[in-house]
Amino acid sequence: MSGTWMTTRAWLLMLPLLVVMLAVIGWPLADTVGLSFTDAKLVGTGGNFVGFDNYANMLSSANFSRTLVTTTLFAVISVAAEMVIGVLAALLLNQQFHGRAILRALMILPWALPTVVNATLWRLIYNPEYGALNAALTQLHLIDAYRSWLGEPGKALAALIVADCWKNFPLVALIALAALQAVPRDITAASLVDGAGAFNRFRFVILPYLAGPLMVALVLRTIEAFKVFDIIWVMTRGGPANSTRTLSILVYQEAFSFQRAGSGASLALIVTLLVTVLAIAYAALVRKTAGSAA
Amino acid sequence: MERQSPAFTIFIHACALLLATVILAPLAWLFIMSISPAADLAAKPLRWWPQSADFSRYGQLLSTAENSAGAAFTSSLRNSLEIAGMATIAALALAIPAGWAVSRTPSIGWSLSMVIATYMLPPVALAVPLYMGLSYLGLLNNIFGLALVYLTILAPFTTWLMKSGFDSIPREIEAAAMIDGAGLFQTLRIITLPLAAPVMATSALFAVLLAWDEFFYALLFTSDQRAKTLTVAIADLAGGRVSDYGLIATAGVLAALPPVLIGLVMQRALISGLTSGGVKG
Repeated sequence: MSGTWMTTRAWLLMLPLLVVMLAVIGWPLADTVGLSFTDAKLVGTGGNFVGFDNYANMLSSANFSRTLVTTTLFAVISVAAEMVIGVLAALLLNQQFHGRAILRALMILPWALPTVVNATLWRLIYNPEYGALNAALTQLHLIDAYRSWLGEPGKALAALIVADCWKNFPLVALIALAALQAVPRDITAASLVDGAGAFNRFRFVILPYLAGPLMVALVLRTIEAFKVFDIIWVMTRGGPANSTRTLSILVYQEAFSFQRAGSGASLALIVTLLVTVLAIAYAALVRKTAGSAA
Repeated sequence: MERQSPAFTIFIHACALLLATVILAPLAWLFIMSISPAADLAAKPLRWWPQSADFSRYGQLLSTAENSAGAAFTSSLRNSLEIAGMATIAALALAIPAGWAVSRTPSIGWSLSMVIATYMLPPVALAVPLYMGLSYLGLLNNIFGLALVYLTILAPFTTWLMKSGFDSIPREIEAAAMIDGAGLFQTLRIITLPLAAPVMATSALFAVLLAWDEFFYALLFTSDQRAKTLTVAIADLAGGRVSDYGLIATAGVLAALPPVLIGLVMQRALISGLTSGGVKG
């Protein structure tokens, strides 16, 4: 069979996917680019060409820089915590203990819980009047009075990060555990014979096996954390006083609450660009890690 | 096996207990809230264990009586099921041929890489044109419209999973069947697709989970019981004027039940899918 026919046939089989992707992703993305140079409203006529005004206004607005800081804080802290807790949990799950199989199975639960249900659950736990957190901390005499965990600017973002971490660290743990199980037993045994301490064993013997899978998890989790919308919308809608407003929430408000489609589109593209830069930087890092681990 | 000191064994078991508590306590509390009488949930100090289990909220939410809380919930449950089902079938119909093509003809692999790269796009970058497009087509607040939009998430992911699945089926098996005189489509039908059945099942489950979980597009593109999904219905309950927190918890338990059961039953397949690089959005 000739190579050209093989290639043509492959393209024909790809075609339905490519056509649908062009319709639901390619065209909307191109249209967003077009809109971002206009003052179009969400409803009504096309709007006028305004050049880079939307971008200039957005980038120079205090709202944008504040939101960028909030998003970065959320992404960096929650992903870092998820990685550390996840790896610790994986090291634990790789030990011998009673009920290990059950505990491993339980780890899938927070991951499987729908994001909106997770957000709702934590919103109930943080409830200022009837929430379980206030009740537990008061009954343990750790606080004297009930607090509004999601109602005070200083606390809301931390409360959100805890909720996000609880849902996502088990995934990191499962990925790390799978990598740990691939570490050959004779290698760890040999390092014991050689007298390596626990920390050195982790750093020099086990970590190289974890590096690749963990980098992938880090990249994907960071991209997701940077795009975060669901958990914040359900728990705080970006409040109080916009202290938990992330970039995706800001785009939503701009484009849909205020119906400014043009400037919302420009902001959405700025976010896309940031995520892309982040992803490319990470991809280079992954390649480097994979290269050094091999 | 190395011998562990008793102190280490105790330490490990204590950590395991802590981890189990961290995982289970919030979930257990969600369930306890759903069966606690409203008075217990509003009591100070809070009553952690209900005096009597009250399952009435489950009946309330699953009833289809007109204009009840149940009517809104059951219609959203049905919408979620229908949308997840349609989007999953459509995604697999696109993913199976495309995944096989890329697996067997690596020279076109760059096209799949481009499709997968769309994972980086925040949904807000597509939302405005999709909103205008759906509105133009009369597909706003419509389950078909939402299922179509869900292909933006489901199709790249399932194609990628199918491609790695086909990669693990040796092409020599297909070649052997062709030498024996089978045509291409006969070979695929008799040899390749049956071998790929487990991957198809895993991909389908991932697709269902992704669609079931989706909130952003559903929030934007649906407005009433005709198309609202479970995630939107729950966010409505959580953000609305519902005074019975137990009812919100009950809705959460019901919405979480299908994906949690899938997760527990399909543990092994899901983890191998995840560690092959994919992660739920």
